[in-house]
Amino acid sequence: MSSASTALVATHGLSRNFGGLKAVNQVDFAMMPGEVRALIGPNGAGKTTLVSLICGRLAPTSGSIEFAGKDITSLPAFRRVRLGIAYTFQITSVFANLTAWDNVALAAQRVHERHLRRSAHALSQAITSALERTGLADRSDQLARHLAYGHQRLLEVAMGLALQPRLLILDEPTQGLSDGEVENFIALVKEIAREATVLLIEHNMDVVMRLADRITVMEAGRILAEGTPDAIRADAEVQRAYLGTPA
Amino acid sequence: MNKAATTRIWLLHFCVILLFAVLQFVLPPYHHGVFARVLVLAVFAMGYNLLFGYAGLLSLGHAMFFAAGLYGAGLTMLHLGWGVPAGFAGGVVAGAALSLIVGLLTLRTTGVAFMIVTLMFAQVLYLTIIYSSGWTMGDQGFALAQGVRAVMLGGMRLDLTDPATRYWAALALFSIALLISLVIARSRHGRVLVAIRENEERTSMLGYNTFANKLTAVVASGTISAAAGAGYAVLFGSVGANFANVQFSILPLLWVLTGGAATTLGPVIGTLFMYYAVDIASGFTSAWLLIVGLALILLVLFFPRGILGTVRARWVGWLP
Amino acid sequence: MAFGPHLLLAALEGLVSAAVLALTALGLSLVFGIMRIVNVAHGEFFMLGAVIAWFVSTVFGGHPALGFVAALIVSPLVVGAIALIAERLVLRRLNYDPEATIVATIGMLYVIQQLALTFYGPEARPVEAPFTYRVLLPWFGYSGYKLAVVGASIVVLLATWFLLTRTRIGLLMRATQYDRETAQAFAIPVDRVYAGVFALGAMLAAIAAVLIVPISQAHYLMGLDPLLLSFIVVIIGGLGSLSGTVVAALVIGLGDGIISAFFQPTLAKIIATLLVALVLVFRPQGLFGRATR
Repeated sequence: MSSASTALVATHGLSRNFGGLKAVNQVDFAMMPGEVRALIGPNGAGKTTLVSLICGRLAPTSGSIEFAGKDITSLPAFRRVRLGIAYTFQITSVFANLTAWDNVALAAQRVHERHLRRSAHALSQAITSALERTGLADRSDQLARHLAYGHQRLLEVAMGLALQPRLLILDEPTQGLSDGEVENFIALVKEIAREATVLLIEHNMDVVMRLADRITVMEAGRILAEGTPDAIRADAEVQRAYLGTPA
Repeated sequence: MNKAATTRIWLLHFCVILLFAVLQFVLPPYHHGVFARVLVLAVFAMGYNLLFGYAGLLSLGHAMFFAAGLYGAGLTMLHLGWGVPAGFAGGVVAGAALSLIVGLLTLRTTGVAFMIVTLMFAQVLYLTIIYSSGWTMGDQGFALAQGVRAVMLGGMRLDLTDPATRYWAALALFSIALLISLVIARSRHGRVLVAIRENEERTSMLGYNTFANKLTAVVASGTISAAAGAGYAVLFGSVGANFANVQFSILPLLWVLTGGAATTLGPVIGTLFMYYAVDIASGFTSAWLLIVGLALILLVLFFPRGILGTVRARWVGWLP
Repeated sequence: MAFGPHLLLAALEGLVSAAVLALTALGLSLVFGIMRIVNVAHGEFFMLGAVIAWFVSTVFGGHPALGFVAALIVSPLVVGAIALIAERLVLRRLNYDPEATIVATIGMLYVIQQLALTFYGPEARPVEAPFTYRVLLPWFGYSGYKLAVVGASIVVLLATWFLLTRTRIGLLMRATQYDRETAQAFAIPVDRVYAGVFALGAMLAAIAAVLIVPISQAHYLMGLDPLLLSFIVVIIGGLGSLSGTVVAALVIGLGDGIISAFFQPTLAKIIATLLVALVLVFRPQGLFGRATR
């Protein structure tokens, strides 16, 4: 592993307890800029808890987190988003009563205000671009709650894109997508990976194998194994317990 | 939003203001006074609407902001001899300061706890007014003398107790508040407030400082409400503790619900409607609060969007 | 009177208010703990209890004890029935949405209060105590009835505790409180449990009012103070916690009694309300409750 000072995000001894349950237990996790990392493991392994700690939704019980060399452990979530971490929710959390366009607009307008370019045209273009890349452009006037479940997940991704993040965390993004949509999604992530670092929680092994540069396997709050897709696939213990059948 | 839609919206609001201006010449004396009162109370409702309708925060203690403005203006004019403009400004500043302090404290809570805490802070202010009766004349309150309620404008003395002048002043206050709330509703800040109302965690995860946004909303809401209170003191001259009690905190909730929460014109419609409903009811019975109670229950059961809210949902989607 | 006996008198008075407050606050606490809604009209159920007690006792001539016992039975039942109707007609239709129920119960507050004004009138009317017996303490005589109130309150509290922890009905209530969806999956009739809880809450307030009405009079505005005090007790004691409610009621009741004897009531109320608001701001789970996150 390269030295920690060039890692984009790194955790040191990160832990989170819920009462007696150690959801995340002394985890040292790091990602290099530009990589696509998949985080896999059974339900309850602590994957969502770990990424929630990284993006600031949850506060850690102990340990620390660094982002781009800066200690963000006590930074509130919204400041981490402004530093460049974007998270798409595992349980869809869009603005149900707003249109797809307005959903993405909320994400895009905050980024644009930072760039001080009040040009409405530039903002509009950014929103259109995010919607087109996720294939939602023709549904932009629909209320989010009227979108099919899979499309709501894509809306989450569109909002993440509009934030122009350095680290995009996708939490089970292909859940509810049809096979064709999953194909489009894989192409989309490959494209995103050219500009941003991607951390992907996925149960769909086909997607994982085709997208990930490296895979981290979690179990019971700890990292069980970490390596290239081939190495993980060959790891007998991981294979037996967790890989199961592709989706 | 394109230019045509924006023009249409501003035109609508100017027409409403114009309508009230025209009514000045048409209304018989009693209703003339009622409308002047309603215009000032509608400012209170608009302040409340900003927090309740747009930001989704249900405060049960908003009377404290109105009272801050009312007493801020009343006490400075009574004890310190300030004129109308200074007294009015004093009331507004008092409201702004109070809303900042209250916001910093109460925004640490959410939902039901927020409602209870705002209720309690308002009670504290109410009891303090009663307790400091040496200054505030306690329960009875006091009246600002007619001679005091006049403004010098460019060499001309405007007597605010004159019904016509009073109406114009009320209309001016109302118009400014209406246009401010329109600007806020259509601004970026307004959209963020709506987003916070709809899904606060999501909004925070988009990088917005939800606490700062909510605090701004509380201060804006409190200041506008205080402006209504200060205006009321200056225009109608009666300052009393009943404007700080729980009942008076419930009224703007009722007015906003009736007219349509999260609409710019809903508050004034709701205030006008309910004011007359109560006025007529008090002619029959001293138990007119019964109407208030029934209205609240029926509204929340069958008509939660209110008058303009329903109009917007069914027919006129572009209403701000 | 010397300071010591004065303090004892204040403490006894505080004990009586605490006894009544414990019952009233328990009603509010159960409703919020199990149904997760705030019933702003709770104080009006209290007031109704007192007003109905007055009606019943005037119907029964003869010995005041007769009227009192009748009131003690009839009043809670009537108030419970009214609460059931309100729950069915209004609260259930709102699906117990927290904000909507607050607005609706504020409406109910005004409706009940103003109906009482219309049919009972604006006067305060006394009800005779069932017995007058003075307990002779070394320094002063104290009303035996007031001591009986404390005793009665303890009995009712114990009965409620027994109901909640030892009976099947209580088990259903606690299960519903713990996890509404799982309770439904176990075929527990959640709707009926809610109706029962709401009625029970109202009945506890009514019983408290019947007990207090011989001491203070029945007046259509008497619901507001118990409501605010109950809020304070429930916040301090933690929601849904019976023991917390009792302890908090003791603290507040005794504290209120003692402070009112020595300080101006308005100032005392200001300080108390401010303190409680600050507790809620900085420690939202109250002093006894457990934090949810």
